[in-house]
Amino acid sequence: MTDHIETDVVIIGAGPVGLFAVFELGLLDIKCHLIDILPKVGGQCAELYPEKPIYDIPGFPMVTGQGLVDNLMSQIEPFNATFHLNEMVESLEVLGTPEAPLFRVKTSENGTTFTCKAVIIAAGGGSFQPKKPPIDNIEAYEGTSVFYAVRKMEMFRNKKVLIVGGGDSALDWTVNLQPIAKRLTLLHRRDAFRAAPHTVEKMRSLVAAGDMDLHLGQVSALKGNNHVLEGAVVRKDDGSEHLVDCDVMLPFFGLTMKLGPIGEWGLNLHENLIPVDTEKFETNVPGIFAIGDINTYPGKLKLILSGFHEGALAAQKVHRYVYPEKRLLFQYTTSSTSLQKKLGVAA
Amino acid sequence: MGVIHVTDRTGQRHTLEAVEGWRVMEIIRDWGLPIEGLCGGACECATCHVFVSEGWVDKLYPATDEEEDQLDTVVTKPNSRLSCQILWSPELDGLEVTLAPTGE
Repeated sequence: MTDHIETDVVIIGAGPVGLFAVFELGLLDIKCHLIDILPKVGGQCAELYPEKPIYDIPGFPMVTGQGLVDNLMSQIEPFNATFHLNEMVESLEVLGTPEAPLFRVKTSENGTTFTCKAVIIAAGGGSFQPKKPPIDNIEAYEGTSVFYAVRKMEMFRNKKVLIVGGGDSALDWTVNLQPIAKRLTLLHRRDAFRAAPHTVEKMRSLVAAGDMDLHLGQVSALKGNNHVLEGAVVRKDDGSEHLVDCDVMLPFFGLTMKLGPIGEWGLNLHENLIPVDTEKFETNVPGIFAIGDINTYPGKLKLILSGFHEGALAAQKVHRYVYPEKRLLFQYTTSSTSLQKKLGVAA
Repeated sequence: MGVIHVTDRTGQRHTLEAVEGWRVMEIIRDWGLPIEGLCGGACECATCHVFVSEGWVDKLYPATDEEEDQLDTVVTKPNSRLSCQILWSPELDGLEVTLAPTGE
């Protein structure tokens, strides 16, 4: 089913900077929808370093990545933004004019379309995607014999499955696919696993019972024909190589960030970053803004606090697009009853 | 003062002036060589993966468990390290590393 949503602003990326933009827009009565490819909010803070302490957020001598995200979520709660997680923005089409911008945004997963008056790109390093191992010719097997995610387990019934990796995804799929696979082999670079201990234990007992194989080493080459995998050459640390017989390979090497479809929206790019002005943080396309790590301008610092500032300034210009007739009065949350009402804290 | 030698993914070798107290990833990035360093040196992404040349491996502090966990997410060799976890000091003058390949 395809949904269509009309809103003021679509924010691409639900990292800290995208989240705080909700706050700045909300104070100006601007409604927004956020889209993120991850299944959770918080971007890099939540995905890469949830437990890492951050020391340079103003007012917080120390806060963890996840702690910051949780605080931002409660800070923006009064504005009821809608989140579309697990979705990637595929296309961004300009419908309006530079004076009265209008956009159509389309996501890939559910095919949701949005019509909005402004778009704020807060996509950090781009979209999180599975890390692809640098193995010669791996592309030739992608989608036929090499998969970076399991969508339907049935696909692997009676197959000789090679899973590569040592984290939760690798181990979870090892124990889940082992019962239906013809033979399952887990390959990891060392005999230590960072996955949940009980899953590791389960895998060890399957190996001990002879119900699956565990190999230590790295895939150095793939063997096969016509997009169909026949085996993987595994190199051990001592340099010796052997062939693992397999029909499919599932590498689980975690996530990395790629610019993705953003590169195809007609925006000026400079080394995978989006140049913006420093008054409104608007791109070369009026009505499309870029804030946070994804933008660039003279003196840019990739700091979360810079992204917060950029969001606040972008919101001022967005207001002009959303409410062209309204004069914008600059107010403080400490003194403005109208802002306090929006925040639900008015006396 | 001292230098590090970095071979890029095209095989070209660069000699870079090093700064005491900087991470090797930061030195490489500061000189503009293509090293991603996505997480900014927090040992959370493995995009600064390098191969350390023979003779230098043993001169480095061994990898922590945290670094080993991240090395699990790339295709390693026995001389693999994350360059964000190598703090440059004058004892590492002449350190020789090669940027590891990245997947598409």
